[in-house]
Amino acid sequence: MPAVWYFVLAAMLTAYAVLDGFDFGVGIVHLFVARSDGERRHALAAIGPLWDGNEVWLIAAGGSFFFAFPRAYASAFSGLYLPLMVVLWLLILRGIAIELRSSVEHPLWRSAWDTVFAGGSATMAFVLGVAIGNVLRGVPIDASGYFQEDFFQGMGSAAAGAVDAFTAVTGLLAVAVLGAHGASFLAWKTTGDLATRARVAARRLWPAAIALGALATLLLALRAPAFLAGVAARPWVWPLPAGAIAAAGIGWRALGAGRDRLAFLASSAFLAAMLFASAGVLYPAILPSTIDPSFTLDARSTATASGTLAVGLTILGPALVLAGVYFVILFHAFRGKADAAAYEHE
Amino acid sequence: MSAVGWSRIQFAFTVTYHYLFPQLTMGLALLLVVFKLLALRSGDAVWSDLARFWGRIFAINFGAGVVTGIPLEFQFGTNWGRFSSATGGVVGLTLAMEGAFAFFAESVFLGFFLFGEKKLSPRAHLASMGMVFLGSWLSGYFIVVTNAFMQNPVGYALSADGQFAVASAGRYLFNAWAFWEYAHTMTAAVITGACVVASVAAYWALMGIHPRHARGALEVAVIAGFVVCVLQAFPTGDQQGKLVADRQPATLAAMEGKFDTGDRADLAIIGQPNVAERRLENPIVVPRLLSLLAYGSFGASVVGLNDIPRQDWPDNVELLYFAYHIMVGLGTLLLALLALAAFLLWRGSLMRARAVLWALLLAFPLPYIATTAGWMTAELGRQPWLVYGLLRTAKGASPGLGAGDVVFTTIGFCGLYATLGVLVLALVGKQLARGPEPHAGAT
Repeated sequence: MPAVWYFVLAAMLTAYAVLDGFDFGVGIVHLFVARSDGERRHALAAIGPLWDGNEVWLIAAGGSFFFAFPRAYASAFSGLYLPLMVVLWLLILRGIAIELRSSVEHPLWRSAWDTVFAGGSATMAFVLGVAIGNVLRGVPIDASGYFQEDFFQGMGSAAAGAVDAFTAVTGLLAVAVLGAHGASFLAWKTTGDLATRARVAARRLWPAAIALGALATLLLALRAPAFLAGVAARPWVWPLPAGAIAAAGIGWRALGAGRDRLAFLASSAFLAAMLFASAGVLYPAILPSTIDPSFTLDARSTATASGTLAVGLTILGPALVLAGVYFVILFHAFRGKADAAAYEHE
Repeated sequence: MSAVGWSRIQFAFTVTYHYLFPQLTMGLALLLVVFKLLALRSGDAVWSDLARFWGRIFAINFGAGVVTGIPLEFQFGTNWGRFSSATGGVVGLTLAMEGAFAFFAESVFLGFFLFGEKKLSPRAHLASMGMVFLGSWLSGYFIVVTNAFMQNPVGYALSADGQFAVASAGRYLFNAWAFWEYAHTMTAAVITGACVVASVAAYWALMGIHPRHARGALEVAVIAGFVVCVLQAFPTGDQQGKLVADRQPATLAAMEGKFDTGDRADLAIIGQPNVAERRLENPIVVPRLLSLLAYGSFGASVVGLNDIPRQDWPDNVELLYFAYHIMVGLGTLLLALLALAAFLLWRGSLMRARAVLWALLLAFPLPYIATTAGWMTAELGRQPWLVYGLLRTAKGASPGLGAGDVVFTTIGFCGLYATLGVLVLALVGKQLARGPEPHAGAT
């Protein structure tokens, strides 16, 4: 049962990364590809009816993590106290920016919130990438099952903070990948100069993402050799990173050919494959310890009692399927190009 | 102050601030469904105007509720690690259910409601508001079940190493405490929605603007508000009080400022508790009423704080006492005001009764204060426990979390929420100035 929940959680986090990921991505490229006020409204109209629902995947995943692996949830959340608080503030500021931007017709008001939206989205993507980097690298969990990680350590300190050279690269990787993902989404959902610029931006971001991905892999091999040994030991994971690289190539080519929907689906597949590959290699670990492998928090040792997990799955499983149905209805209802006038509702 | 103390202040601040928004949106959701239903049945544009006008204010508050709600789920883990680690197998279930069952429906269908009036048929548009209503009320239920477990733990199993897990999902989800707490909370939300709608309508009526909208909104708000105000006191408040008396006698004694144990206990209406000398100063009491309210008989014995070990007392008796008395006092005041307004509405003279319209105009903050005081009663009353009788608050915090970190983030939340408050007020003000009638050219 813990194994089932481990992969249910991986699937929920993947849904979050793919769905809210394009919202972040739209923010990352917002200032560059949407130049006029009309274009910026158009870009926001594309995510307007969707972003709030997308963010629910984070809340649902958080609640499920709390329920299924309470000891890992408590350790991870209290250990990464300050980085998580920054995530919260950014989520709040970003949400305010999206909702308020078009509510007052004043150029300074609008450019101020555009900047908050873009900066908040880029920083959120970076922090999410740093968080994944921390999970891959491991954190200093001791015998108590807890750790306390500062944001960053002073120069020359031996201890690692949440942000170090490796996790900074995974953070930048997340910015590049989600930027490409969001730009592909904009190319698909908008028209005119905005869509053209989004296409160009996505095509430029893909090579940057691949380069950063290679650098991150190299650094990971130096920092946590056990992870790459895990990859070598589990051949059934191999198709996933291979598929991800193929998806990146398809996405890049599709953008060149103007097949924007295919490009968006390719970047979604890239994200899903990379995240599932990481989960597949890490399993059963949730949060590896850098102090001693025996302190690693894993799915078995931190899980709620199996009977309770089974009850939880019976209750929550259908709700998650239903949520999937809602999203199909929602994306179907707002299919086609976004209505540029729709975001003047306030 | 210790990290635990600061974490309590931070949670109290962020949850109280957050709840200002859902408190309104849950109540307003019901009234919006009523407006949409009336619009569909009568075809009168007044009702669809009102639905659109309040829908815009709903959206602003809903957005603020969403962004201020996310930190709460995080804080369980960040600040209350030991509590989360021990109880995730119970309270995590309802928090996950809230996301899975309620938030998806709410956020997805709110998108339809706000962006889809032109795309959807009138029925489908009403149905999307119905789903938003259902989602928000379900979300309230899951949160109340979570709180009810902390107040009155049932349906759990406790392992030898101190891990809680749900043993009976039925007992956990249908905790008697949750039923009455939910009913009491939701009636308070409807009172809030009704008072806010009535306040704006009273303003229109006093100014002589939008007369048809003012009349329609007042009819719906005053009738709904009066009905739920009655339910607020009886049976929901009454039953909730009896549960406190039964399961948390220390809480009841502190709420009432009761130090001596005895039968035929008096109910204090006013008075200041002096905890050091263990007495109530300047009391005005109703003889024997406490025995009746708590246990249903004038002769019943009520335990005083003197007969409860000091370490089991709620740790802030004074604040708890006043929070409870403010809640009851304001609840009574609102019941009187809405009863009077309902009577005048029935007589057909409410639109001319300027004094009552003035009172309705000014009364909108009262349900916010009463609800905040009510939650303070529940949460201060639960102290010194996180899970009543099983896990003490002092043992629930995250190990290794320093007071400095929590002060830093508390200040951050204060700054962010002050900014958010100004923006929300400005936007709501803009909608109020715009009014309910469609302008030429606006959508």
